[in-house]
Amino acid sequence: MHRVVITGMGIYSVIGKNLAEVKDSLYHGRSGIIFDQARKELGFRSGLTGMVERPVLKGVLDRRMRVGLPLQGEYAYISTLEALNQAGIDQAYLDAHETGILFGNDSSAVPVVESVDILRQKKDTMMIGSGHIFQSMNSTVSMNLSVIFRLRGINFTISGACASSSHAIGIGYLLIKQGLQEMIICGGAQEINPESTASFDALNAFSTRESEPAKASRPFDRDRDGLVPSGGAATVIIESYDSAMKRGATIFGEVIGYGFSSNGDHISMPNVDGPVRAMHKAIGDAGILPSEIDYINAHATSTQAGDSNEAKAISLVHGNSKPLVSSTKSMTGHEMWMGGASEIIYSTLMMNNNFVAPNINLENRDADSEKLNIAAKTTPHGIKTFLSNSFGFGGTNSSLIIRKII
Amino acid sequence: MLHDEIIRKINQLLIDEIEIDESQINPGADLKKDLGIDSLDFVDLFVIIENNFGFKMKAEDMAEVKSLDDFYQYIIKRVNQN
Repeated sequence: MHRVVITGMGIYSVIGKNLAEVKDSLYHGRSGIIFDQARKELGFRSGLTGMVERPVLKGVLDRRMRVGLPLQGEYAYISTLEALNQAGIDQAYLDAHETGILFGNDSSAVPVVESVDILRQKKDTMMIGSGHIFQSMNSTVSMNLSVIFRLRGINFTISGACASSSHAIGIGYLLIKQGLQEMIICGGAQEINPESTASFDALNAFSTRESEPAKASRPFDRDRDGLVPSGGAATVIIESYDSAMKRGATIFGEVIGYGFSSNGDHISMPNVDGPVRAMHKAIGDAGILPSEIDYINAHATSTQAGDSNEAKAISLVHGNSKPLVSSTKSMTGHEMWMGGASEIIYSTLMMNNNFVAPNINLENRDADSEKLNIAAKTTPHGIKTFLSNSFGFGGTNSSLIIRKII
Repeated sequence: MLHDEIIRKINQLLIDEIEIDESQINPGADLKKDLGIDSLDFVDLFVIIENNFGFKMKAEDMAEVKSLDDFYQYIIKRVNQN
């Protein structure tokens, strides 16, 4: 079995467009949530969203590479460039070494809407053009980036709702551990647009605290009233320890555990048992005790049921040791397909900079969150091992455990 | 539309929409080998031509269109037919 390490990270998010900006926002508890009037005009119940500007790639990528790349693919290109750069990987390395890509992505709404709009208006498929097909498939991110970076290893997308990119890292970790691949570009991407979130808004799941956008996402707080949709992209370069050593790469953390489960229950209502089993599996895979985990990046999205059930699950698994817990979604909103990967990056940044980012907007705890050791403020803390939870519709659960290399 | 005007318009569309370098534009250029226009770019050219000249190109007509000059002549012919 091979050890699996993180040697590069890249992030394009609503709290910063690179690692340095994101680390600063995490430390200062900065929110990336805004009110978008356009959503209200479209008929959204909530106009709240995370927001980051669209990258400008004209002059960076040639036309053929840009034409098939949707918004979340553009975010992912930028985050992947940063991750490769941090890992010290250039195109010559990728050309000479079989490298894979596994991304989490579970929608690409705008190109689907646009192509059907064109078809209905023009009554001619030829008027759709060449890009929409490559933009509209769920595998759009891995498909495009594998071509842009000329990757020759494993190449597919994992669609596991809001746990997509956590599973992508988990599956990548298993492949490297088994010796089937030396290096994989893992990550997650999430489009930010009304088209992709309208049907989610319809479920009454979004916060309507529109007068205070920065206070709307408040995981574990008694007065939380729903999640805030968000997005961007996050890329994590994982590789075998031997490969990293051979390259003389800086190691930012070691992936030591992956646990997964399915609730076998309701399509949208989370439960306690599924997350408990995922966390136990991850801890078992890591071969550690729950007490060795000194920080948990919770999935907690700021919904009543989800946060309560996760708090119960964490209490069941970690109740004796009470590690510090925070949900970075309090700042970022819910990054959905991207969230599993981004939260590995947020937590790894904390681990390497000796702090726990605050669970902002935690003003009043409820009966379940009271039992957790939640960091409501930025907390100086030496993290040696952290666990990151990601859960999604259909009851898919993923827990990853990362350890600092000493 | 005058022939020169059509040619100028095609050139500008190739530069702006397909991002062909202006220095590569010459009537003798082979669309595929010299200008790098591949099968996917042709799909986009169908859209560009209909939006700018108001007619639908036919895929079967493209079999005879090899050079940029062939393309000019094809567009000129179709514009004059309409």
